[in-house]
Amino acid sequence: MLKVENLNVHYGAIHAIHGVSLEVHQGEIVSLIGANGAGKTTVLHTISGLKKATSGTVTLEGLDLFSIDPHKIVQHGMAHVPEGRRIFSEMTVMENLEMGAYIRKDKAGIDADLEKIFHYFPRLRERSKQLGGTLSGGEQQMLAIGRALMSQPKILLMDEPSMGLSPLLVKEIFHIIGQLNRDGMTILLVEQNAKMALSIANRAYVLETGNVVMSGNARELLEDDKVRKAYLGA
Amino acid sequence: MKLYVNQKTAYRSYVINLIAVVLVFLLLKGLMSAGIINSYVAGVCMTVMINIILAASLTLTTGLLGQIALGHAGFMSVGAYSAALLVKHAKDSGVVLSTPDGITPAGYGYFLLSLLLAGVVAAFFGLIVGIPALRLKGDYLAIITLGFGEIIRVIIENVKFTGGAQGLSGIPRLASFDVVFWLTALIIAILFAFVRSRHGRAIKAIREDDIASEACGISNTYYKVMAFTMSAFFAGIAGAIYAQQMAVLGAKTFNFLKSIDILVIVVLGGLGSLTGSIVAATGLTILPEALRSFSEYRMVIYSLALIIVMIFKPSGLFGNYEFSLTHLLSKLRRPKSNTPAAGGESKQKEVTKA
Repeated sequence: MLKVENLNVHYGAIHAIHGVSLEVHQGEIVSLIGANGAGKTTVLHTISGLKKATSGTVTLEGLDLFSIDPHKIVQHGMAHVPEGRRIFSEMTVMENLEMGAYIRKDKAGIDADLEKIFHYFPRLRERSKQLGGTLSGGEQQMLAIGRALMSQPKILLMDEPSMGLSPLLVKEIFHIIGQLNRDGMTILLVEQNAKMALSIANRAYVLETGNVVMSGNARELLEDDKVRKAYLGA
Repeated sequence: MKLYVNQKTAYRSYVINLIAVVLVFLLLKGLMSAGIINSYVAGVCMTVMINIILAASLTLTTGLLGQIALGHAGFMSVGAYSAALLVKHAKDSGVVLSTPDGITPAGYGYFLLSLLLAGVVAAFFGLIVGIPALRLKGDYLAIITLGFGEIIRVIIENVKFTGGAQGLSGIPRLASFDVVFWLTALIIAILFAFVRSRHGRAIKAIREDDIASEACGISNTYYKVMAFTMSAFFAGIAGAIYAQQMAVLGAKTFNFLKSIDILVIVVLGGLGSLTGSIVAATGLTILPEALRSFSEYRMVIYSLALIIVMIFKPSGLFGNYEFSLTHLLSKLRRPKSNTPAAGGESKQKEVTKA
């Protein structure tokens, strides 16, 4: 579904991403794990058009994503849950979700999706009239995911959904990510929390200083000695 | 739970607000014919309305979009001169714009035409200034508009057809109280509707977080330029009204301080609030007039008032609050409408606050 081939990205003279290739198939959760500064977010930003690549291609169901404006990518069924949540803090929860549905005009469909999101995140319904900025970190993350879902995506890119959350909330968020996937959502997950990311994913790629050093079945990677030593602290 | 208000509620709020505006109009007209409002006070009322349009239009850029603009007087002057030149040209070519009895239909026609022209010319300049400045992230707009305002002033002072440094005089006085009143009401209504529309919310989203807004599918540059151009459009209209009220124009009127005056109104009223800019425009226009008898302390009291507001209410008088007549009325009718039992309808109002 999503195919990244031979991606190279530079920040000025710094070669940040060295020929990264990865693939996400329909219905999968694919995790991209790695330490700080490995280039995970850069890869994600390049896929969603926020960062320009030096070379390489990114295609979504055969469509070249580099050829379209970043703000139009969401119309082709790819939604981005940005790092650090980035909710609209001066807008209510409702308005935030409404912004997520910005590209859509089918009011009945929007209302139905709204119900679906409140079903995944009952907490958001309770807080629907509250300003986004007054939510807790976990609730903001839920709102960010809900907002992305409002655009009716085929694939969801998630950047560090566990960032700054308590272990209990991380569990809850990952539980919901799993549920979303069982309901048919394709997900590309970028995570530092390798244990959580590997336990939920079908496949995973390990990124180190801009290179994919390992990839494969997530369960096998979880058992792999090198991965355990470097990322799981065991 | 639904995202959208039903049409009936929306129509009802239009009607209620229209009735309120008519009542205010009748009150002012009544006071005028009773002689309580003399021509001096009526003149102040005109200035108030011009300042309301200026402040409300700047609120689009500064409040809604969150960008500081320091050249609003520049757009006002562009509009003022275009309108003045148009009506002067009409008068010179023999069109009867006004008789001693009042303004002729042709006069009204030219007045409205001049406003449109002023708005379009100002919007054009807004586009030229906005496109390069707003493609960038950060506060470049402040610097570019500051430069624009000064450049326009210097150009007007140095070219012939604007009357140069001597100014432009003999502009027909076509701005009548009635027309300006309804225009102001219409512009405020348009701005309120715009802010609450899908476009308005998109612009607000850009202010809140430009990465997230882009991820939602909003074209940041397009909307930023749109908000700024609209802002310039209405400033041009305010300038056109000003020109045809004063009958004389001098480039010096539209200096940097004028831009700051407008910005002060917006900041004082509350950056995110149209209500605030309307109230502050009224207050800050009337205050210096009311203080005329203490002329030497005037500026002291004026600045003191500003400082006090900024100390006790740093987000401006109204912050982000918008006054809503419909909301107030339904509150008065059902004092306990905050209870969840009355849920359905009051929830919908939260969304529109119409």
